[in-house]
Amino acid sequence: MFNALDQVFVNALHWLVGFLPEALRPLVSSLLAVAFVLMVFPGIFAIVTVIERKGLGRIQNRYGPNRVGIPFTKIRLCGFGQFIPDGIKSLTKEDIVPRAADKVVHFLAPVVMLIPVLLAYSVLPFGRNMTITDYDAGLLFFFAVGGAVEISVFMAGWSSHNKYSLLGAMRAIAQMVSYEIPLILSAVTVVMIVGSLNLNNIVAAQNHYTFGIAHWHVFTPWGLLGFVLFFIAALAESNRTPFDLPEAESEIIAGYFTEYSGFKFALFFLGEYLGMFAISGLGITLFLGGWTAPFSFLIWVPSYVWFISKLLGIIFVFIWIRGTLPRLRMDQLMNFAWKFMLPLALINILIAGIWHFMDHDWLRWPVCSTLIVLAYVTLGRGLMQNQKLGKRIYRFAE
Amino acid sequence: MTLSIIITAIVTILAAATAMSLRNLVHSVLALAVAFAGIAAFYLQLDAQFVGFAEILVYVGAVAILIVFAILLTRSGEAPDQSVLGPGWFYGIIVSALVFTAIGWAILNSSALPTEVPVASDATVKHIGEALMTKYVLPLEIIGLVLTAAMIGAVLIALREVSTAGGSRRESAPSENLSGLTSTATNSSLGGKA
Amino acid sequence: MLGEQIIKGMAVTAKNFFASYVSKDRLTTVQYPEERLPQKHHTRQFPFLVYDGDDVQKGLRCVACQICEKECPPKCIYIIKSKDKKVDYKGQMQVYPVTFDIDISVCMSCQICVEVCPFESIKMNTEFELSTDDRFGGLLLTKEQLAKPNSYYQKVHPEAAAESDAVIAAEKAKAEAKAKAAAEAKAKAAATVAEPAPSPAPAATPPPAKP
Repeated sequence: MFNALDQVFVNALHWLVGFLPEALRPLVSSLLAVAFVLMVFPGIFAIVTVIERKGLGRIQNRYGPNRVGIPFTKIRLCGFGQFIPDGIKSLTKEDIVPRAADKVVHFLAPVVMLIPVLLAYSVLPFGRNMTITDYDAGLLFFFAVGGAVEISVFMAGWSSHNKYSLLGAMRAIAQMVSYEIPLILSAVTVVMIVGSLNLNNIVAAQNHYTFGIAHWHVFTPWGLLGFVLFFIAALAESNRTPFDLPEAESEIIAGYFTEYSGFKFALFFLGEYLGMFAISGLGITLFLGGWTAPFSFLIWVPSYVWFISKLLGIIFVFIWIRGTLPRLRMDQLMNFAWKFMLPLALINILIAGIWHFMDHDWLRWPVCSTLIVLAYVTLGRGLMQNQKLGKRIYRFAE
Repeated sequence: MTLSIIITAIVTILAAATAMSLRNLVHSVLALAVAFAGIAAFYLQLDAQFVGFAEILVYVGAVAILIVFAILLTRSGEAPDQSVLGPGWFYGIIVSALVFTAIGWAILNSSALPTEVPVASDATVKHIGEALMTKYVLPLEIIGLVLTAAMIGAVLIALREVSTAGGSRRESAPSENLSGLTSTATNSSLGGKA
Repeated sequence: MLGEQIIKGMAVTAKNFFASYVSKDRLTTVQYPEERLPQKHHTRQFPFLVYDGDDVQKGLRCVACQICEKECPPKCIYIIKSKDKKVDYKGQMQVYPVTFDIDISVCMSCQICVEVCPFESIKMNTEFELSTDDRFGGLLLTKEQLAKPNSYYQKVHPEAAAESDAVIAAEKAKAEAKAKAAAEAKAKAAATVAEPAPSPAPAATPPPAKP
């Protein structure tokens, strides 16, 4: 029974494909899987925009959107229908292309943004037996397509022929390139321990239970540090506060998509949120056990429910951080990436190695924990040592 | 299989030709990125996943961006007026065609070329990693050393010159830019209370 | 330690988040169409015209002196004087506005028209839900739309209306007294004229206009 519920999508897919002739089956099966991703994740995006607005409102002691429910009825659903008018509005707005813009590149940029983001979903395991393509080097594929997003950001910023767009694009690229390194290095620890780049194998390695608690990587010292590093780098990669310099409204209007409106802006918005979900999904897969349950008595809950609820949990923390922290300055951002995150990620690789070679020895817990705390305190002190609070000296503005 | 290879080949060659012939340098870089992606697609069609993904990661993700930065930091965006073709382009084509024919002929008639296509070994990422860590560990380390040296050299070139006689106090101002994360956090908590 | 303050900040926002569901005192905004905040004491939005009694045409205080039209900084008032005259609240014969338009899309609610009006005729309204789907005609208010009875004014601005009523009553009394005096003088003059008295009555007859 539980198994049937868990595998309901997989079985439905097999059942549907079974009606077709043999030659068409792989094609239709992959099309259906793609359609599944294209339905579910934009759906989550729609809900998350409302959750974000409501959450930020509550953090600021406001109501947030609470009016629109089901159209043409009096049912308000606490405002969760807000995405319908929002979507209609952004899709029907006038599409303005600046006269000086490079028309072709300006048109292509949102498309180039969305394609790699959607490709990244093809390797994520959403549930038991629910991976679209089971690449041997799935993790590498994810990072490879993630790197292609930068090109689209540059295309958008450069083709608009607007100084704010270009500034935003330069900021975004500098930030993404810098934070990609700690992102990948923190994921490398998982690869070292599991010994595979295949995301399904990584999930399978975490699907064991001791005393009823799952062997998620986040429950180990190196995994906790790796997850924190991955999380911060993911925040920066998806341009979320406090790393939202690329689109800092108060400084450069909207960054690289300043000159986008209507449908294209909606595509950028969608691409940004889908990228955020994808990278959160990867974080879940690497550190939070993917679709597995945290406690052995909860394994009856379907696997995809676990995945989606973990995803929403991470998104909620994203929103919470957005409601809390102010934006960093560019130099703070770069210092944080290169002087704190990068060394800590390298040390974490070392610690993961120590963990691996002290196999089945309880001593590895205190040893690794001490090393991590030492590294964190030392690097944190180093980061904060040179700070001089007080009046900022401007070099050129005076 | 062959059809997809032909399509990939056409796309890649067209993109590479476009990258050479466009006047606008940024357009050239974008075409070059497409060409890199096409090469990656070739690797993937040959079941070389690791090389294919690394190609995308390194070339599309990093090298193209590097070129973009180089263009944006060194010159204005205006495209030059003169033609992309040099004055002696016709002779150039003849010479390069001759050289290509000569090399191709030499390769095709070489005894080093295996007459049969060997069976592709199952080169998984694991195998590549093991080979890199055992058989090719020395070249790997040497490459790492060379790259590190190059990076240190680049950093040295880019470093601000230590203040000469006229170095004012303002020049050393950037050292204060390590302003803290804690200060921002304190501000926010104050804001929350208010 | 690094990150300590971030945790504190996160705790503050988390407290805000949950407490805003529990205690309504935290929420600074209200659910507007259903809940409304009481209006401020001297709320003013756009001008309206006051009339006495029940009849708009008869009771309108405005005498089309056009001072407000001239003083209006954004020039949003448009008045056409009447050719004929009617009796105003003081009992004198006065012209009245045939057309009195205010374009509230131009009006900046400065209240200068109210300050300059010598007849207590134009006052500020508190009505603010004026949205319309006709952005030209719908926002150009005519005399009929602008005219509101004095009782309405007493309702929206009781103190100011009382003051204004007192002014009008005083003026009315003055005018009546003047009229009475004039009538008495006239009667006296008539009496003196009837009796053969050669002395002229300077109080009753106006002095001859100087060129």
